[in-house]
Amino acid sequence: MSTGEIKRVIIIGAGQAGGETAQRLRQAGFAGDITLIGEEPCPPYQRPPLSKAYLAGKIDMDRLLLRPANVYSEERIALLTSVKAVWIDRASKKVRIEGGRELPYDALVLATGARPRKLPLVGADLDGVHLFRTAADIDAIRPRFVAGAKLVVIGAGYIGLEVAAVARQTGLDVTVIETAVRPLARVTSPEVAGFFLDEHTRQGVRFLLGGQPAVIKGKERVTGVGLADGGELPADIVIAGIGVTPETTLAQHCGLTIENGIVTDAECRTSDPHIFAIGDCAARPMAHFDQRVCRLESVHNAVEGAKIVAGVLTGQAAHNVEAPWFWSDQYDLKLQIAGLFQGYDHVVFRGVMADRSFAAFYYKGDRLIAVDAVNRPGEYLGAKMLIQSGRTLPPDVIADETRPMKELVASAR
Amino acid sequence: MAKITYIEHTGKEHVIEAPNGQTVMEAAVKHAVPGIDADCGGACACATCHVYVDPEWLAKTGEAGSMEQSMLDFANDVEDNSRLSCQIKVSDALDGLVVRLPKSQH
Repeated sequence: MSTGEIKRVIIIGAGQAGGETAQRLRQAGFAGDITLIGEEPCPPYQRPPLSKAYLAGKIDMDRLLLRPANVYSEERIALLTSVKAVWIDRASKKVRIEGGRELPYDALVLATGARPRKLPLVGADLDGVHLFRTAADIDAIRPRFVAGAKLVVIGAGYIGLEVAAVARQTGLDVTVIETAVRPLARVTSPEVAGFFLDEHTRQGVRFLLGGQPAVIKGKERVTGVGLADGGELPADIVIAGIGVTPETTLAQHCGLTIENGIVTDAECRTSDPHIFAIGDCAARPMAHFDQRVCRLESVHNAVEGAKIVAGVLTGQAAHNVEAPWFWSDQYDLKLQIAGLFQGYDHVVFRGVMADRSFAAFYYKGDRLIAVDAVNRPGEYLGAKMLIQSGRTLPPDVIADETRPMKELVASAR
Repeated sequence: MAKITYIEHTGKEHVIEAPNGQTVMEAAVKHAVPGIDADCGGACACATCHVYVDPEWLAKTGEAGSMEQSMLDFANDVEDNSRLSCQIKVSDALDGLVVRLPKSQH
């Protein structure tokens, strides 16, 4: 597929990955047709603030938008909102949308995102039980998200804990149920998880670790969560943050290779050379992690995919990919993460947790693979640069607080 | 409301009317000013919205906070007038502000 043949690009999914792709294609000088298809009623917006400033009522929808709504027509991007793509015909290179209209493409980008997992419990459809993914989800939560209300959060991942933090700051009564024995079990070390557990406990969040929700109680509205051990927690609001499933339905139906997400090469190309997949729905080889195929749920990954695809479709030189990065804001704690910690065999610290300012560096053998930095932006950026450039520092050196991080990074090999 | 001039590394100027309460980064991103990536959307998490504040305006924009300063320590080509534009809030007092953009954010 030479880039000269590409006149029509269709992007399915108008989240951050899809929105950024459209924008970056235009910035890269792509002059052909761009159609951006999204199921939500609004233009592409940022999701991270949903569990932070937007839930807290500090910012409105206008500030969430990636670009103002009028920009799409100005840049000749056909933005189809509240539209569902229902079929991909790979042989004739067409996308069918709800209602039957068929749209031809030369290149197709799947940025379909992920679906939040529903609670597999009786009562999960009751009024007051919420998933947490879209602005509409949060709009539905907010009227009852008021001081004194009883909130039960199911799932102690980043979403669950960010919601708990905003809820405590708003004055809600908060209980978090987690089936694992510690929070953040999938995403960080026991040490860092313990720090966040202590912080939330100090802020008045109750935890039920190893808890087993069995039923959501209530007639029309939720009144509580019944537990497997017979106990019951009263609740005015239940929010489930138990992970997501990559949205691969369309890809599956048209026979693309799928394995925990739509599998792509380093250029985000799927098993069909005319179809790309990016963002939460896709899994691609990680340049800084021995080409291990990973599916990442993050802003960085969404933006990275958009940059890669825009570069490939406009025939530009390969873009220099960044090491994966993430962040989470809880209370006055800014957690910044670089790299992928999975498979680490030891962890060393700069700073101490009691100061609420420390960084955990994860090693596999003598190689630095990830950092969790709490209120330590320098350690985060320094470690990110090391991981990105394939350099490392001995654990005892990185832990030496008498030497500034910047100097250490400069000395690394 | 403030009129803000962004000057790209190439010298190209972009003049934008930014509403109060937005940040200097947000106003640039919403108008697609090239040279401000702002991947994290303003959470002070990525250091890709680095700008040089015109020296005449430094008193009005104030100084970088400690988080911001630590991020700037690792940005490229940092000068005394470097700021992360996601940490500068637009107000009437900044009407006429001029910021210059670095060659690269990465």
